[in-house]
Amino acid sequence: MSCEPWQCAEIAATKKANPIQKPEVAVAMIKKASRPILVAGSYVTERWMEGRQLIDFLIDFARASKVPVVATAHVVGEFLKRGYEPAGFMSAMDIGNRLVDPDWQGLDGKGPYDMAMFVGMPYYMEALIICGLKHFAPSLKTMTLDNLYHAHASWSFPNATLEEWAKNLTVMTSKFEGGQ
Amino acid sequence: MTSKNLNVKIGEMKSNTSLIKNLEVSIGRVVDDSWTEPMGPTPMPGLTTLRNWDLMLLNKYKPFYMPDCDLCCLCTFGKCDLTAGKRGACGLDIADQSSRIVLIACSIGAATHTGHARHVVDHLVEKYGRRYPLDVGGLNVKVEAPVTRLVTGIRPQTLGDLDEVLEYCEKQITHLLSVAHTGQEANNLDFESKAFHAGRIDQVGMEVADIAQISTLNFPKAEPEAPLIEMGIGTVDTSKPVIMCIGHNVVPSVGIIDYMTDNNLADKLEVVGLCCTALDNTRYFSRGKIVGPISWQLRFIRGGFADVVILDEQCVRTDIADEASRHFMPVIAASEKNCVGFKNRTNDPSDEIVADLVSGKVPGVLILDPEKVGEVAVRVAQQVAPIRKKFSNLPKLEEIKTLAKSCRQCNLCQRSCPQDLKIPAALKAASEGDFSLLTDLYEYCIGCGRCEEACPVKLGIHGFIVRAGERSMMEEKNFCRAGRGAVQDVEIRNVGSPIVLGEIPGIVAVVGCSNYPKGGKDVYDICREFASRRYIVVTSGCSAMSAGSYKNEEGKTLYEEFPGGFEAGGVLNVGSCVANAHIAGAAIKVANIFAKRNLRGNYEEIADYIHNRLGAVGLAWGAYSQKAASIAAGFWSLGVPVLVGPHGSKYRRMLLGREDKPEDWEVYDARTGNKVNVGPAPEHLFQTVETPQEAMVAIAKLCIRPNDTWKGRSIKLSHYIDLSKRLYGTMPQDIHLFVRTMADVPMTMKDEIVKILDEKGWKETVIPDPTLLPRMIRKVKE
Repeated sequence: MSCEPWQCAEIAATKKANPIQKPEVAVAMIKKASRPILVAGSYVTERWMEGRQLIDFLIDFARASKVPVVATAHVVGEFLKRGYEPAGFMSAMDIGNRLVDPDWQGLDGKGPYDMAMFVGMPYYMEALIICGLKHFAPSLKTMTLDNLYHAHASWSFPNATLEEWAKNLTVMTSKFEGGQ
Repeated sequence: MTSKNLNVKIGEMKSNTSLIKNLEVSIGRVVDDSWTEPMGPTPMPGLTTLRNWDLMLLNKYKPFYMPDCDLCCLCTFGKCDLTAGKRGACGLDIADQSSRIVLIACSIGAATHTGHARHVVDHLVEKYGRRYPLDVGGLNVKVEAPVTRLVTGIRPQTLGDLDEVLEYCEKQITHLLSVAHTGQEANNLDFESKAFHAGRIDQVGMEVADIAQISTLNFPKAEPEAPLIEMGIGTVDTSKPVIMCIGHNVVPSVGIIDYMTDNNLADKLEVVGLCCTALDNTRYFSRGKIVGPISWQLRFIRGGFADVVILDEQCVRTDIADEASRHFMPVIAASEKNCVGFKNRTNDPSDEIVADLVSGKVPGVLILDPEKVGEVAVRVAQQVAPIRKKFSNLPKLEEIKTLAKSCRQCNLCQRSCPQDLKIPAALKAASEGDFSLLTDLYEYCIGCGRCEEACPVKLGIHGFIVRAGERSMMEEKNFCRAGRGAVQDVEIRNVGSPIVLGEIPGIVAVVGCSNYPKGGKDVYDICREFASRRYIVVTSGCSAMSAGSYKNEEGKTLYEEFPGGFEAGGVLNVGSCVANAHIAGAAIKVANIFAKRNLRGNYEEIADYIHNRLGAVGLAWGAYSQKAASIAAGFWSLGVPVLVGPHGSKYRRMLLGREDKPEDWEVYDARTGNKVNVGPAPEHLFQTVETPQEAMVAIAKLCIRPNDTWKGRSIKLSHYIDLSKRLYGTMPQDIHLFVRTMADVPMTMKDEIVKILDEKGWKETVIPDPTLLPRMIRKVKE
């Protein structure tokens, strides 16, 4: 698996994402975080793996891990249709802007998040938001759950096939109590 | 208005008391005081004149930076790594640097429009004289230059008057660009304020360019029923010699069209255009045709349709001469800003230039005399067409099948594609004789050619896509309404009240370039949605073309389906990039003509009025350029929110409000001086939206203004809620923030909304006479 930015020119300078070589590593870091959040973009219904849409994998993961989900763009309805209620929905820019605010108390008002996971946005747009967080949210760790390497994140899965991606997400889900 | 450089020379004058010989008087400026409107506080603002206003907006809509690059490499101290709080050798941090880049982009944009205006005005003054009167709409348009009046305090009446306006713009742009030098500005908000200033100057530059060409070249003058223009590659009669004009500056095209007309050739050749030159050609010559937006450049060249290519300025592919030469298409560069490396043949005899181009002795020439461009272009097209026979080197499908077998499936094409198009899969299928996936890419491809640059085996991938999409390409036969120019004063009077009171739910300006995430159909869908909802939909530039490139169930394009007036349910194309000034102008004229606010040099008050009362939103779904940045900046400065499509995130800075911070949404009630919380209206000043569905919901929401009457607010909320339910599948979460009194609640949704209001602990508030400016507060009655 390659650790080059998926879109060739989306390079970072001196601070590049640590590659996640095994899904168990991602799970360990999520479990270590006290306030994680998952931001899911508009491609969650456009990416298919093993006959299922990405959104279905994410709902399984969110239910198992209890990580709250923010749906961006218009995709909240897709979650609701599947019987899963995201913790919130707002534009990708809005969630990025809130995450750089150290005083933001989160969707539930219980305090700032310490880890933000991103998945399923247009690659360049996700890269930019994560880059903004890298620079302006020093207390926040970021992780991408796509099958595309994101150099600006704190941790990113490398570029991977759809089969590997499906496996990663499935393994991650299985490692949480609710995914057993 | 003022006149400059008046020279009076008297050879001999006798009177009863004196004899004067050889008297020469030179006067720098004559002031015409016939404009009785009092001068406002900020005529010809400098870099800091409107800083307080800018900072007021920037405090409400704080920048959210998404640096596109972690480094600064603008000076030899660098490269400096600015990651996560580090400062560079000059002391700037990444927020400063990001805002500095925004300023640079906006300054480039403003310089480009102003440079364009300078060229047009100088050329037209030379041709028609300084005293040629400005006329953008006859008796229907008395406020001929609302932006110029507002920013500079000048009311231009003649072409010569525009000279002084441009001098002001040029001075400001010089100062603005100097701010970006190392060791000048030191604060991100000050960079941002200056970017706003660049936007103000940009709007003036655009307005000058357009009113000059409308007045002299007999473009449609604020005509709602401007002619419908044929558009699309399928409309081009390739049995005739084809002259293709690319760019933004109509002057060389006018030379071509005049030559054709003068020589009775108007129906013997096809003059087609790409990008804004196409829009302006067809304002001058209704037989002209629009091929499409800028992203069609490679398609049209590689399709072999053109017999001669004319390049003017802005957004021209810089490799177009190489592409054209591969298809034996002679190229004429016609702008000093875009010489393409060609020899300047302006002073050579036309016969010699024509001979050199027709024989292929030279691939192209630079000609800076538009009349000579006209003659040479027409004669070359006539002579080259029978030789070229529309030569195209697009590969045949069988060749594509063979060539595609050499694809290594390395994915570099997809990884280089801005749209992440699945090119490797399409090539694999093509190698097996299935071209359907390549055909599917045609609609989504923006024609940048990066796939080819990345390909290690040098496959001509874009050519494959064009060939596979050939049938779609040849079926492109649509209509675009010719750019109408300004909005009439009488139209403003008719709609001023319903707009300001909120009964016309909003003005949606769908403008800008064609860097769309998934083709142009989204633009059509968005325009149609809002026109059907009886918003006023305004288009310009490449978006105006995309809006007209699709048809409804009855086979009608948008411009045939909806009226072209500035009215509820109207879809009006104002024209090319520089015509964007008329959109700002319309907003300004609502404040001036309907609300009777003084315009002259009165920027803050007018912007405050627009920001708080006028439900206008800009959408640049495919914005890509620096000009798009400066156009947006002009609207930010007026307090008008602008949305961009996903690629617009690369402008690297958003201006976002926080609806969860009530303290950010207070205005003064001008009647009492009390502070009133009006909710997040409008919520953002500059925002990227990810999908067309999100864009539509955001547009409806961003049209909400503090001044809405209960009836207007109720109408706006019903659109916001209806679109949210349909496109998001749920009620908006923030509806309680927009309900001020129970009368605001749409009747048909009352039960549902009241339940939400109860849950949120909503409390009634007042509808103020809103302003951000303390000086606008009227004295409280004792």
